[in-house]
Amino acid sequence: MLEELLGLRTSQIEVIGLGVLVAVTCALVGVFLVLRRMAMMGDAISHTVFFGIIAAFLIVRDIDSPWLVVGATAVGVLTVWLVEVLTRTRRVKEDAAIGLVFPFLFSLGVIMVSMFASNAHIDTHVVLLGEPALAPFDRMELFGVDLPHATWVMGAILLINLLCIGLFYKEIKLATFDAGLSVTLGFSAGLIHYGLMTLVSLTAVGAFDAVGAILVIALLVGPPVTAYLLTDRLITMIGLSMVIGAISAVSGYFVARALDSTISGSMALMVGVWFALVFLAAPERGVLAVLRRRERQKWEFAQQVLAVHLLNHPAGELEERHIDHMYRHLRWAPHFAQSVLQRAQRRGLVVPVDEYLELTPRGQQLARQLLTHMGQG
Amino acid sequence: MERLIDLLLDYNVRNIALGSAVLGIISGALGCFAVLRRQALVGESVAHAALPGIVLAFMLLSTRAPLVLMLGAALAGWLAMLSVIAIVRLTRIKDDSAFALLLSVFFGGGLVLLTIVQKSGAASQAGLDTYLFGQAAALISEDVITMSSLGIVILTVLLLFWKEFKLLSFDRAFGGSQGFPMLALDILLTALVVMATVVGLKAVGVVLMSAMLVAPAAAARQWTDRLGLMVVLAGLFGALAGVTGAFISTLERGLSTGPAIVVCISLLAVFSLLFAPNRGLLRERLQAHQNRRRLRADLRTLQEPEV
Repeated sequence: MLEELLGLRTSQIEVIGLGVLVAVTCALVGVFLVLRRMAMMGDAISHTVFFGIIAAFLIVRDIDSPWLVVGATAVGVLTVWLVEVLTRTRRVKEDAAIGLVFPFLFSLGVIMVSMFASNAHIDTHVVLLGEPALAPFDRMELFGVDLPHATWVMGAILLINLLCIGLFYKEIKLATFDAGLSVTLGFSAGLIHYGLMTLVSLTAVGAFDAVGAILVIALLVGPPVTAYLLTDRLITMIGLSMVIGAISAVSGYFVARALDSTISGSMALMVGVWFALVFLAAPERGVLAVLRRRERQKWEFAQQVLAVHLLNHPAGELEERHIDHMYRHLRWAPHFAQSVLQRAQRRGLVVPVDEYLELTPRGQQLARQLLTHMGQG
Repeated sequence: MERLIDLLLDYNVRNIALGSAVLGIISGALGCFAVLRRQALVGESVAHAALPGIVLAFMLLSTRAPLVLMLGAALAGWLAMLSVIAIVRLTRIKDDSAFALLLSVFFGGGLVLLTIVQKSGAASQAGLDTYLFGQAAALISEDVITMSSLGIVILTVLLLFWKEFKLLSFDRAFGGSQGFPMLALDILLTALVVMATVVGLKAVGVVLMSAMLVAPAAAARQWTDRLGLMVVLAGLFGALAGVTGAFISTLERGLSTGPAIVVCISLLAVFSLLFAPNRGLLRERLQAHQNRRRLRADLRTLQEPEV
């Protein structure tokens, strides 16, 4: 039915479905990468699992073996551990440690491919850049349902992620937002850290077929960062991330089709496009909203200064209340002062009497309030 | 011996060796500042973000002149850096997330452009593909000349502003209080790091270029506490690894240069971490061992009179 509705073939729908599945799975763990400031560690992991896949493949010699997933995930965790060991020697900082570990392991992976596995079905390009369009050719039947192999794998990984994060949601949340308190209460920081990193590695491994080593990071970090601009609640952020990930995957597929270009690359590109849109237009944290708020605050502040100034110089001091005086006393440029006056009049804070300014009762009230706030009332 | 001389006189080999050496010197020297300023991953981001710049420069100007492609790469890298700064300044998103986002999105965009170029048949796959993993064997003398010229510019600027950059790296606040334009210096130094990253892309490739900034500097840091010496050492290490790796990659068919160089420089870094005379981990162990023995001996002499 869906096929007829959209004019798509089954294999195309399977590709889109896989993309959505990968994006949703990545977004779920990615939220914690972003919140725990481990985004570049995620980048490192996504590179080193490549080495893990190659190494495991050279041992078991079967590209579909589940041991590949296990081995590659282990290498991802190994990366985290190696970075920690290097950092703990205090000879290099953490960023440099990351920069040492992952290129080395990744290079070993590339060399191993070109030396030992060049005749095997491992194409560095596919592994690195991903090609979801190939997924429907490699199928697997489970419970009487025939789906692409990668879809089953990714589905299982999503289930594992949901289960782990769901079961330990409270603990992970606490460790993410208040690491100190979490340790004080007796939760092992290391266990939660390595647990999450295992999930990230597992996800990166699973996402390999679909999006490749480098673009995994777009799906891991992009949707959560976008959601981060839209909400303050963790659970909402997770939900939004998954939705944004799915939207990026679907729109990426159609962009790729329109341009006759790479699907994985287009998905990453669309992650960026959606982020840019939200970055500009998010209701509270978007650039436009921030700039508009700053602009409003500027005028608001100027009007407050004006009101307080007039309150401090009551009826007798005509000189201080002359319109032209505002320019000098408050060091305002003439057109700026003019604009402030107009706004203050429109709000009913001041009224001009001849050449002089008079606070309205409302203006007096505002100025008194401000002074009380500052503890001078 | 004769073979060695033949090898050294060969046009290709000379290009490979020279190119890799130049690249090693530049990235080693600039990498020191990146590492000291905790910007080790700037290289990673710039290298990935450069891809759309390279492809666009090729598409728009339909030339493969190294300088044009490098400038395109540098522009894209710069744009990504500016976006990171804008995102961090205007939102609550932290820099690590911003880096990761920008590098992957730019890279994705670059791939999209790349596949379009390849379909249009304008480029042979090998030409631009080189930029993923690097191919020192594909370096022509024009590349080497461009790399060297840019290198001379970069190193000259580095020497001219040596004192200021040192100040920026070690005590930015003090520099500011002395009236130095720290923001401008920061932008200039970052621009140099971007240039250094871009220079090596053809030889080492987008994916691994970041290691060329980090590893030589991390290795050199272990041998000295002086910035001047560190920069010189890092340049030497970079050049050594560059030349060695490039030669190894020419021996084996299908072996890309980037990975070979990165393995060499990584081994150098590990060696330095373990065996450097003052900061080396081995020395630390020996020292700890000696201290323990001395302490034990002292304890024994303290106990003896009572026996």
